[in-house]
Amino acid sequence: MSTLSIQNLAVVVGGKQILKGVNLEISSGQVHAVMGPNGAGKSTLSNVIMGKHGYQITSGSIELDGRDLSSLPTWERAQAGLFLAMQYPTEVPGVSVREALELAVRSRGDNHIDISSRLDEEADQIGLPTDLLERALNVDFSGGEKKRNETAQLAVLAPEIAILDELDSGLDIDALKACAERIEAMTNDGLGVLCITHYHRLLDYLIADHVHILVDGQIAESGGPELARELEDDGYSRFGDAGEESSGVSVAIGGRSETKNVAVSDPEDPFADPLA
Amino acid sequence: MAPTGTGPFGRPEQVDLIGSSVFLEKRQEAEKQASQRGVPSFEEELWRYTPIGDLDPSKYRLDAPGGLMADVGLVEGIESETAAIIEIVNGQIVSTTINDESIEVHSEGVEMEAAVGSVIPIGEDFFTDCNLSYCTAPVVIEIKRNSVVGAPILIRQHTTTSEIVWFPRLVVQLGENSEATVVEHQASPSISALVCPVSEIKVAQAGRLKYLTVQEHGPELWQISTQVAEVQRDAHVALSQVALGGSYARARIDTEMVGQGSSSEISAIYFGRENAQHDFRTFQKHEAPHTNSNLLFKGVVDDESRAIYTGLIRIEPEAGDVNAFQTNRTLKLSESAWAESVPNLEIENNDVKCSHASAVGPIDEEQRFYLESRGVPTEIAEALVVKGFFADVLQGLPSQSVAQAIDDRIEQLVALDKERF
Repeated sequence: MSTLSIQNLAVVVGGKQILKGVNLEISSGQVHAVMGPNGAGKSTLSNVIMGKHGYQITSGSIELDGRDLSSLPTWERAQAGLFLAMQYPTEVPGVSVREALELAVRSRGDNHIDISSRLDEEADQIGLPTDLLERALNVDFSGGEKKRNETAQLAVLAPEIAILDELDSGLDIDALKACAERIEAMTNDGLGVLCITHYHRLLDYLIADHVHILVDGQIAESGGPELARELEDDGYSRFGDAGEESSGVSVAIGGRSETKNVAVSDPEDPFADPLA
Repeated sequence: MAPTGTGPFGRPEQVDLIGSSVFLEKRQEAEKQASQRGVPSFEEELWRYTPIGDLDPSKYRLDAPGGLMADVGLVEGIESETAAIIEIVNGQIVSTTINDESIEVHSEGVEMEAAVGSVIPIGEDFFTDCNLSYCTAPVVIEIKRNSVVGAPILIRQHTTTSEIVWFPRLVVQLGENSEATVVEHQASPSISALVCPVSEIKVAQAGRLKYLTVQEHGPELWQISTQVAEVQRDAHVALSQVALGGSYARARIDTEMVGQGSSSEISAIYFGRENAQHDFRTFQKHEAPHTNSNLLFKGVVDDESRAIYTGLIRIEPEAGDVNAFQTNRTLKLSESAWAESVPNLEIENNDVKCSHASAVGPIDEEQRFYLESRGVPTEIAEALVVKGFFADVLQGLPSQSVAQAIDDRIEQLVALDKERF
């Protein structure tokens, strides 16, 4: 039994306060969905939990089974039992998923697992062509292939808690079903999930026990699965978002509406030239 | 009249400058031009950012003692299966083996004298002029027309004697509608010496030549090299350089698309450590219509090393329907390393597609984060990212076994030890 506990987490990115005191507790076997409008801080939440460079924690804590993760490098968080399935999985030229996972698993001291055949099994099950396992990570993968690849890696690495950052973005329904159902099956074996999403559709296949609405860096409301369905009907309008893509987010405060300029949650363009 | 020693590398009486009286006159003319011009200065654009001011010609003696080869190095894998092997050590040809009847090698006589200087004229450059004056072991490799040479032609050009200066001269002439691969291995142990190689490459109509240079000199040697390829109608040349050693290692690489429909690919991998300085100057010259060129250079600077890349794409008025691209990327692995990248375009025709991209930067943060988020420790993730950075250039190298050896060497250089767990 594991628990990821996030308490009063406040985060600054590029001088802007993005998270303003987030509380979440995710235990083994549970699925927590964090939903919210664009710019609410959803990707910041997933990146800061995983220890990405450039996210400054100004207060609060991130603990896994009582162990403070917030000062650990990313790989130690991963080895402690976290996994992040990325919204835009990064292309890594010249490095195959097989090579990366073998090094990851061997460096955590697991020499008894046959990673290579586990990866073949999982790729097969998720519908990822096995020739992609030898190719450069995510390079020239389709959107669906990238997410199936993330899901296969998640299954092979078998963490305690998985963070899914917009797993559903850019996915066709077949890929969405395949990924969501594989993860749903893993929750029955004890995987805890923090599922960050803008839309309800992923939650048709990956059943959330708890739904949290993140607005302007804070959890505005928490509830059961019915909350996600209400959003399906009403959108985020009652939280002040008209639903359109925008870098500023309208937030209703005390009955009157004002527009706050909130930075987009992912400040780095994933398609930017990395050397530019 | 032979060269008399008026240039800064004087005293040619110590070496045997072969050639007919006509050829010796050419050599003397080149020497005259070189001494008039003098050693270049870093104030000249072509020598900006270089340590050329530190070159002291009197530190080296012009000599051609011959001798034993250095280590076989990264080209070991192709030794057993070659179309020809030519071994040149310290200014002397020590062996020539030809296993393919479409190949002829000339080191003297009319054929040699007609070929040397056929691509690079006298008066172009101080070092190419010195090379013509003082080259002691010119090698002309001729591949007959309509022949496909499957196995690589291996040239081992080694320097093993301290304090000498020598001028390797190579001419590769690929006949019409032929195909061949040349692998040149430049190596030396840890000695101080100066080597100034010149390669003239001529690809006749519809020929397809791949030319890979693997440079693994010791850390004290200076190398100033010039390579010019003339590509005729519908012909293709692929020039690749892998530069791993040297104190100062400069390569000037020109491709001249002189025939319509001709094309070139130019690529390089360089890896600087300690105080090494890598210097690349490239020219993609489009002189005919329907021509293409594509350049991709990737390097790493670590420790206190430096790297300079400057490149020019030049498109003449008569060259329409041209595609010309140029990309240089340098990864900076340490705070004290330094790199500069200067791309240039000169376009005299409107019907062209050109691009250049150049950048110097640290390891890609996103790539490292991705690997770390799977549980790969930071230093291994960084090593993987650096290794992967070279993958596309490695993939394009003409010899699989040499590419694999280079990949393994890069793993060593980035200290990626996969077996340590």
